[in-house]
Amino acid sequence: MKALRKLLDKQKPHFEKGGRFEKFHTAFDSVETLLFVPDKVTFSGSHIRDSIDMKRTMIVVFISLIPALLFGMWNIGNQHFLSLGQVPELWTAFFYGFLKMLPIIIVSYAVGLGIEIVFAQIKGHEVNEGFFVSGLLIPMIVPPETPLWQVAIAVAFAVVFGKEVFGGTGMNIVNPALTARAFLFFAYPADMSGDKVWIADKLDAYSGATPLGNALVGNFDQIPSTYDMFMGFIPGSNGETSVLMILIGAAILLATGIGNWRIMLSVVVGGIVMGLLFNWWGANQYMELPFYNHLIMGGFAFGAVFMATDPVTATQTKNGMYIYGFLIGAIAILIRVFNPAYPEGVMLSILLMNVFAPLIDHYVIESNIKKRLKRIKVLVSN
Amino acid sequence: MSAEIREREALFSSKNIKLLKNPLSLSNPITVQVLGICSALAVTAKLEPAIVMAISVTLVTAVSNVVISVLRNGIPPRIRIIVQLVVVATLVIVVDQILKAFVYDVSKQLSVFVGLIITNCIIMGRLEAFAMANKPWPSFLDGIGNGLGYGLILIIIAFFRELLGSGSIYGFNLIPESFYELGYKNNGLMILPPMALIVVGVIIWVQRYYTRDLIEKN
Repeated sequence: MKALRKLLDKQKPHFEKGGRFEKFHTAFDSVETLLFVPDKVTFSGSHIRDSIDMKRTMIVVFISLIPALLFGMWNIGNQHFLSLGQVPELWTAFFYGFLKMLPIIIVSYAVGLGIEIVFAQIKGHEVNEGFFVSGLLIPMIVPPETPLWQVAIAVAFAVVFGKEVFGGTGMNIVNPALTARAFLFFAYPADMSGDKVWIADKLDAYSGATPLGNALVGNFDQIPSTYDMFMGFIPGSNGETSVLMILIGAAILLATGIGNWRIMLSVVVGGIVMGLLFNWWGANQYMELPFYNHLIMGGFAFGAVFMATDPVTATQTKNGMYIYGFLIGAIAILIRVFNPAYPEGVMLSILLMNVFAPLIDHYVIESNIKKRLKRIKVLVSN
Repeated sequence: MSAEIREREALFSSKNIKLLKNPLSLSNPITVQVLGICSALAVTAKLEPAIVMAISVTLVTAVSNVVISVLRNGIPPRIRIIVQLVVVATLVIVVDQILKAFVYDVSKQLSVFVGLIITNCIIMGRLEAFAMANKPWPSFLDGIGNGLGYGLILIIIAFFRELLGSGSIYGFNLIPESFYELGYKNNGLMILPPMALIVVGVIIWVQRYYTRDLIEKN
């Protein structure tokens, strides 16, 4: 540790103003603050600096993603070998999936951080940690066979148009990771949906449909058992399949107080209410699908835990969070069942509610103000 | 007599040139005044309809500007919008018939949007703001300038949308076959209208980066 600190201190003057590598100051700064807690102190007045800055927050989210990521790697390999008719060893499957995922993760980080550093340098501020989590989320929500150049373009689009044009981390209106996913979904639909893309290098004869894909075309007898879907032994994107691993991540987020339980809970409640409504209605077979299956199919759990709770794009008021989460859950199920063009509605419903979040907050605050004014009036008239 | 001649302005005086040039950049109808966005999204998936649309709008704007400018002293102020609409509608029908007669395919692609030139904010805007208060010749130049400013943006958007969305320019395939064999695919989002809005946004971004005066002060 000490040697590392010494090395950094030795290099630091080169990157400060007037130094040889002044232009790369932002890049150096991002590495330094990643490794060590910044030694900045406040100068005026009395402040307490909490150690839980944005970097620590992001690290916790990152750690909570690890279980789903590792399981997803194993599952990619497992699904591949199963489609070939083999039953792989644990480590063979994991290693196969690891090699599939690694290039996507590297491309995602290289492109995203590259653009962030360029923007930070032009605007003259430090590289924000915002992309640290987005860069891992994007590989976890795309199909394992996504071509790398598509990943690169989507990440570039998401970082520039989802984030930097609004002013960078903390200013964005929509979730950058979902922006990348939506871009891929609309730009290259052949590589993003259907039955072919969810299992890496599968045999043509083997059906690679996800549970949602089967439900959409009416193959309800081919939907895997509830246990398999909960554990995640199904084809799909890297991070979304295993609800168990996502719940472990959710537990980490809730225990550390980073994730917001109000949003997670209300998304699930929204999904359950909509699912029950459809069960009761029962006009077609899709509506009769048990409501609890909706919660473990597709990206619902992943979206509820890691996407809807993004503190920048979600609502900020407590009552607003309940409305926001409930609508995400309800609209997601609505899109799944009613719109044949979109097998999965979670991405679209979260993006839609991201746009509406400031409006919800506005009305929650307005109603608070009105309530308090009324209270004052009662007091005055007495 | 001689005094009258002296007062007359040259046909292409610097003031008149400005009428023609300003709408191309500093007061561009799309990127600065944000008018006519609807048709800019609708007809720019390919370059050919965009060019035809640009020419049509330029003609309608210019001719209707001249007609209204000639009539401007005889139009009762209360019913001026109706008179303007009659003039524009007549011209649009003429343009529509010409397109149907000579470029039927493009006319079909443009479908309802030729008829909707009537409602294009740019035309009514120029009639109200300029033609009602100026002489025919400056009005004509103003109409041509605004039409071209609109057309320029349309063509830029259509260029990028067709190149990235369909891999061609004006119907000619530009992306070599070997690219597709390597795994390149056309970007489906480019063909959808939302991407046109983002391309307009990028043009506005680039324009304001180079012309700092246009940036609004908060």
